[in-house]
Amino acid sequence: MAEVLVYVDHVDGAVRKPTLELLTLARRLGEPVAVHLGPGADTAAPVLAGHGAVRVLTADAPEFADYLVVPKVDALQAAAEAVSPAAVLLPSSAESKEIAARLALRLGSGIITDAVDLTADEQGPVATQSAFAAAFTTRSRVTRGIPVITVKPNSAPVESSPAAGTVEQLAVVFGGLATGTKVVQRAERTSSGRPELTEAAIVVSGGRGVNGAENFTVIEQLADSLGAAVGASRAAVDAGWYPHSNQVGQTGKSVSPQLYIANGISGAIQHRAGMQTSKTIVAVNKDAEAPIFDLVDYGVVGDLFQVVPQLTEEINARKG
Amino acid sequence: MSLRIVVAVKYVPDATGDRHFAEDLTTDRDAVDGLLSELDEYAVEQALQIAEAAGDAEITVVTVGPEDARGAVLKALQMGAAKGVHVEDDALHGTDVIGTSLVLAKAIEHIGYDLVVTGMASTDGTMGVLPALLAERLGVPQVTLLSEVAVADGKVTGRRDGDAASERLEASLPALVSVTDQSGEARYPSFKGIMAAKKKPLESLDLSDLDIDPAEVGLAGSWTAVEDATARPARTAGTIVKDDGEGGKQLAAFLVEQKFI
Repeated sequence: MAEVLVYVDHVDGAVRKPTLELLTLARRLGEPVAVHLGPGADTAAPVLAGHGAVRVLTADAPEFADYLVVPKVDALQAAAEAVSPAAVLLPSSAESKEIAARLALRLGSGIITDAVDLTADEQGPVATQSAFAAAFTTRSRVTRGIPVITVKPNSAPVESSPAAGTVEQLAVVFGGLATGTKVVQRAERTSSGRPELTEAAIVVSGGRGVNGAENFTVIEQLADSLGAAVGASRAAVDAGWYPHSNQVGQTGKSVSPQLYIANGISGAIQHRAGMQTSKTIVAVNKDAEAPIFDLVDYGVVGDLFQVVPQLTEEINARKG
Repeated sequence: MSLRIVVAVKYVPDATGDRHFAEDLTTDRDAVDGLLSELDEYAVEQALQIAEAAGDAEITVVTVGPEDARGAVLKALQMGAAKGVHVEDDALHGTDVIGTSLVLAKAIEHIGYDLVVTGMASTDGTMGVLPALLAERLGVPQVTLLSEVAVADGKVTGRRDGDAASERLEASLPALVSVTDQSGEARYPSFKGIMAAKKKPLESLDLSDLDIDPAEVGLAGSWTAVEDATARPARTAGTIVKDDGEGGKQLAAFLVEQKFI
């Protein structure tokens, strides 16, 4: 059976959820072979095996942390040459997309990014994508080389599927470009303790109507009652009320959760591009004419400072 | 010696228009007015600031696309870039991102550069892979997704804010930089800038000028193919209630019914 390379996104061996989703998709195409770069392979390997990786190729070297992107491309290229896979799958993070791009070029392969589903027929993988702010759904395939495909979080379920997960060292020779861009300093972000925005099953967002950084506690309290991630519209981020890392929209993050709750967000195209594929959409907004109401499964026309705390209280009461 | 900056920009259909696909499943560019991709305005702005800091610098803006794509270059010239290059060829219709990176790389080499600046992604395709592809093709360091950038003493430095960490990056010129929408508001063209742009050189190139085989680009030369595109079905109208003091409770009841609580 054909092997499929899966690039492992992890933090010191803690495998992130989108990688486990990739393993589910990879099993539709063939036998998953995970590529783990950097430290923590001992921790990651059993998890990867538990989700279907027949082999885990590992390489650790200071270059992966000390230089931007290219050392990882060198490693994946070595893996692709060692395995001759039917496809290479990566998560759709900003860095992984850059890795995917350079890898595709080196392999003489076409690239598809931000797939939301993958199927396979005799000619190989077919990727579903959404286009033009999710107004269209397309199905595409790579017609040349080994398909290199990046997949958005929440595109497949995480399923356990025990496999051998044999750990093998991957030999990597770094090329001349690998040390081109030096990472001279790295400040880890402090975790909010909330789920990662792009991975969360529920996202609660605030926009212009939140009207101030201090008022975002109302949004955060609702998010915490639901175990949700917090998002913000571009207007709220540009006003300095919430960090850019939480921005949902065309120039921010694209999310596709089970439930999206938009508070004080009018629903400009910029924002819709980042959340329109959410399964269930709820909005609270004072303006009954706000375009966000065209998208909702349930909308409340009202003052978010009345509606949202009442909702939070109700949820907490039901949980209690 | 003068710092040669090349900014690669894209002409995209206006996102507020009714964007859709043409019969051959390429973007229907006739249906909606185009404009300079908003994310590329940040690239032009940072290039202008780098040039202003360097004192002796020249900015050339390059784009690949049909006749009206020239509009994207013109906007950048109005903002303050010195020269424009427009790569236009009938054979380019339907070129995918791999092919576009080939054409841009050849055009940038033709122009000559110390620094290439791009936006983080286009606002139509939104792939975000072109900067990495260009760096790979040009064989120069990629210093990408920067929210802050500076050039001095033959080096690019910048800050990259990722999900897990904020990193400071450094690379030697020649290099490729991409900037995010956090890099700083782009300036509006002044009246003087708009008038001056009319006199700035705008060179037109075709594939033969860049020594590119037409078979390497266009729909037939693409390494990916769109099989079908369907309009997303209109959402069935949702329930909308007016808050009469119980809106939060009603919403909670909906979430219970949907099994979110």
